[in-house]
Amino acid sequence: MTAIGLRLARPGAIASRRSLRVLEHDLLVFRRGWFSYLLSGLSQPFLYLLAMGIGLGLYVNGKGGVPGGVPYLDYIAPALLVTQAMMASASEAAWPIMSKIEWDKTYHAILNTPLGALDLLVGDLMWIAFRATLLSVLFLLVIVVLGAAASPLAVLAVPVAVLTALAFAAPIVAFTATQTGDGGFNVLFRFGITPLFLFSGTFFPIEKLPLFLQPLAWITPLYHGVAAARSLALGQVDAVGLSVHVAFLVAIILAGLAAARITFRRRLVV
Amino acid sequence: MTETPTTPAALIHARGLTKCFGSFTAVDGVDFDVAPGEAFGFLGPNGAGKTSTMRMIGAVSPVTSGELTLFGLDPAAHGAQIRARLGVVPQADTLDNELSVLENLVIYGRYFDLSWAESRRRAKELLEFVQLTERSDDKVEPLSGGMKRRLVIARSLINEPSLMLLDEPTTGLDPQARHLLWDRLYRLKQRGVTLCLTTHYMDEAEQLCDRLVVMDRARIVAEGSPRQLIDRYVTREVLELRFRRAEGETDDSAHFGSRLDGLAERIEQLPDRVLVYTADGEAVAAAAYERGLRPASVLVRRSTLEDVFLRLTGRSLVE
Repeated sequence: MTAIGLRLARPGAIASRRSLRVLEHDLLVFRRGWFSYLLSGLSQPFLYLLAMGIGLGLYVNGKGGVPGGVPYLDYIAPALLVTQAMMASASEAAWPIMSKIEWDKTYHAILNTPLGALDLLVGDLMWIAFRATLLSVLFLLVIVVLGAAASPLAVLAVPVAVLTALAFAAPIVAFTATQTGDGGFNVLFRFGITPLFLFSGTFFPIEKLPLFLQPLAWITPLYHGVAAARSLALGQVDAVGLSVHVAFLVAIILAGLAAARITFRRRLVV
Repeated sequence: MTETPTTPAALIHARGLTKCFGSFTAVDGVDFDVAPGEAFGFLGPNGAGKTSTMRMIGAVSPVTSGELTLFGLDPAAHGAQIRARLGVVPQADTLDNELSVLENLVIYGRYFDLSWAESRRRAKELLEFVQLTERSDDKVEPLSGGMKRRLVIARSLINEPSLMLLDEPTTGLDPQARHLLWDRLYRLKQRGVTLCLTTHYMDEAEQLCDRLVVMDRARIVAEGSPRQLIDRYVTREVLELRFRRAEGETDDSAHFGSRLDGLAERIEQLPDRVLVYTADGEAVAAAAYERGLRPASVLVRRSTLEDVFLRLTGRSLVE
């Protein structure tokens, strides 16, 4: 009875002690390069906000601005925060995971210990969430310094960004486990991630997209992350809308996790 | 040897063990037992099913059918528990290129739930054991093949395993590196660690294994100690004759082989030489000379596992 109970309970345990060991590994690697992480984590947002928010913003604001009359900098800052977390996590879910599965095969070394495939999956997603958190906090710092946060609720853009990051990372990790080389990633990023970055309401409202493209934006996780973070940062929160955005992100994460559980087992337990 | 009785003390117990990948059968119903303290080998060419067998024993690859227990436990139900007691040296090094030599060991200890302090202590001790202490803080990438192999062995020992699984531990290493590794493995064996290894090197099997099975095409074709196998399947000595291909002659050693008929128990034609199995190589060499044969080279040697393999499968082992 207990044996059956344990076996049923295990897959449900999202953060087992064993998956924490995988996170420890990633943090150990991170410790070696934390300074460059920090540096790029601060300089990237600064450059983006300077060029897009302030530079481009001069023209946008002069031409009537974005709906609601908010300064363009304030408008795109939370969106870029979410986008950056998404981009970093998407690539973290692709190449490094591929390396652990196929190139360096370090996953295979770990599977010879008490850890299992699910521990690897959960542990590395925790790392991706950690990194997204770090990047988002640094981004927020820059936003605050530039005076681009209209509301104290902007702080909540960080968890929204982490959810968005995971909504990309979980399905991409699932996809990675089905690949044998990185050819698929180039397609994924060129035709998936980059268009999303440009057309998910980051730089302009999706209402400006051609009508037939709007529903498409609606089903992408990035649109929901951007909309939620923006409403928080601008202090224009609509409780129902926010709940829908968050629920959507959570649903994508769970679906991605379920898929990744299957593809990880299929790939690593043979 | 007849049916090996199943001792409850068997560390590894396999009956009818089978592994299929789709319609391909990698391991086809093999039986074996490994006792504590034993050094047990799987000898066979590439593709014989050695690695698939090892991966099932390592509780990382599910058994397709048949019976397998390690420490009396079923790997399907107690995989993590079993792996906690194993030290695995996989065929590929699978070292972490992002971490230093020492860190590679320390984090591996964490996977076995050792405390950081304990893991560090053992890691340093093991680096000493495999003579890599000076390289502790280096990255893994610049290490030589032999050093990487030693590091993998150190890594496999971090949890103080009672059973080590080594998949072709010395393939691709130079002779010096191999001897250093053999020495370390021999010391582990003396400490009472059970060794289970695969190899396609006869000298390795003879050096390290108390007992071995010869695998060919997914099956076990013979079992015994290296000496037993040699005694059972081949003669005491082997006479190797090489013939110079005469001008205009199309076929080389083949027809020379037939001229040795009746001189020895068995004659094996290889593309480049004739192997004559006999108790007394010198005597046969002399007799061949009397029959007018003029081989380009004559070598009398003790028979080895390679000869056993040739006898059992009709093929040379290392290709």
